[in-house]
Amino acid sequence: MNEIFSSIQYYFSYPFVRYAFIVLILISLCSSLLGVSLVLKRLSFIGDGLSHVAFGAMAISAVAGLTNGTVITLPVTVISAVLLLRTGRNTKIKGDASIAMISVSALATGYILMNIFPSSSNISADVCGSLFGSTSILTLKESDVWLCLIMSLIVLSVFILFYNKIFSITFDENFSKATGVNSDAYNLIIAVVTAIIIVTAMKLVGSLLISALIIFPALSAMRIFRSFKSVTICSAVISVVCAGTGIIISLLFSTPVGATIVASNFVTFMIFSGISTLTSK
Amino acid sequence: MKEQIICRNAALGYEDGIVTENLNFTVNSGDYLCILGENGSGKSTLIKALLGLKPQVSGEIKFCGDFSSKDIGYLPQQTPVQRDFPASVREIVLSGCLSRMGLRPFYKSAEKKLASDTMKQLGIENLADRCYRDLSGGQQQRVLLARALCAAEKMLLLDEPVTGLDPHAQNELYELVSKLNRNGISIIMVSHDISSALKYASHILHISKKQLFFGTKLDYIKSSTGMKFLESEVASDE
Repeated sequence: MNEIFSSIQYYFSYPFVRYAFIVLILISLCSSLLGVSLVLKRLSFIGDGLSHVAFGAMAISAVAGLTNGTVITLPVTVISAVLLLRTGRNTKIKGDASIAMISVSALATGYILMNIFPSSSNISADVCGSLFGSTSILTLKESDVWLCLIMSLIVLSVFILFYNKIFSITFDENFSKATGVNSDAYNLIIAVVTAIIIVTAMKLVGSLLISALIIFPALSAMRIFRSFKSVTICSAVISVVCAGTGIIISLLFSTPVGATIVASNFVTFMIFSGISTLTSK
Repeated sequence: MKEQIICRNAALGYEDGIVTENLNFTVNSGDYLCILGENGSGKSTLIKALLGLKPQVSGEIKFCGDFSSKDIGYLPQQTPVQRDFPASVREIVLSGCLSRMGLRPFYKSAEKKLASDTMKQLGIENLADRCYRDLSGGQQQRVLLARALCAAEKMLLLDEPVTGLDPHAQNELYELVSKLNRNGISIIMVSHDISSALKYASHILHISKKQLFFGTKLDYIKSSTGMKFLESEVASDE
């Protein structure tokens, strides 16, 4: 046991490990909070779709030779989020189909661009890194941490300030509209904030895995808790604990960070499902 | 009797097509108006217009005096999302108070008191900490009714409130709404259920592509529209 602690201590003496730890904890906290609303609004797939869009946008910015891809990635993803939410209703292509369509198109475009204009000799490593986030975690700079801290603070304060309104439009959009809550504006806020989280998180856990951070904690919490507040709090706790355990396991056993966090989220979900089945009998 | 809503020659619909037109009716305070009509007759468009969500294409829908569309408490039809929604009854009833808050982010004690008083009034205070998805259909409707009462105290607009309830729960809900009406709240109910409409309502508005009838219940039974509709209902019941 002491050995494990000393090796954890050893890893945490490196600044980039500490940066990655802080950033991952913040991101998992933010994504789990929004996840409750997205899962309940039947928009779980939006995270996945947006992360693929972000992947495509990142490929474009790499081709354009930008060192900081966020300048392109963030606006493109935010715009897609707004469009996806808007096309959700009353259109010829229904919400889930339009998300699937946009996400695969962006993925394909990104991959084609990365092949035509390779930024390094090892394309498959680049692609694998963007999809599963395996390498970039070690290249975080202090400025990345600050950026992530600011974005997390924005997301957290938006969520806390609008908590009651988010509850109302998640539970019953028609009623909220009728009582004069501007539900379109709040839907827009949710979409934009989701896009911000995804762009921030994509570098770390990769675009294929980010949606797990959004949906799993909420789903686990919903197995056991029965009020919106307790589900939200529990979801945040689960997400932070899973992210922490995931990082430590990945350091100790040299597994990919993103995938390990997702795996620990899945295990938590299974445990919570088990508890819920046992207690309901 | 104070007029609350006056509708004159209103036509409702979208830019490319009128759904229903020639609407002329008045709602006075204390009225119990039942809106009848087939599917697609424009009932839901009329609801949106009354709630101020969709302006009329032509004509006038006037809110009188200090009454406005914000004074209407709305009980919408249930959505599939709500059936497995993890929320306590208290959270849902409180969310009715949101309209009073503007941009203020959190509830004050006055709003919490209003929510618990309303739950008491509707006999659901013992359910306050229960989860919405564990309740029976009738209990769920009471919760949504409490939320609507928190949002507005002058008028309730109910959209097919008894859909999916068993006959006993239907009767309970009708009695509850009728009690609220006797306490001075105006009721507008959209319904398929003509026999209950005739039992509880004071006025009937029957719409199709245009207005077929508006008047008191007694006049409706004697009118040609009412007789035709009643006959067809009896025939379809048999």
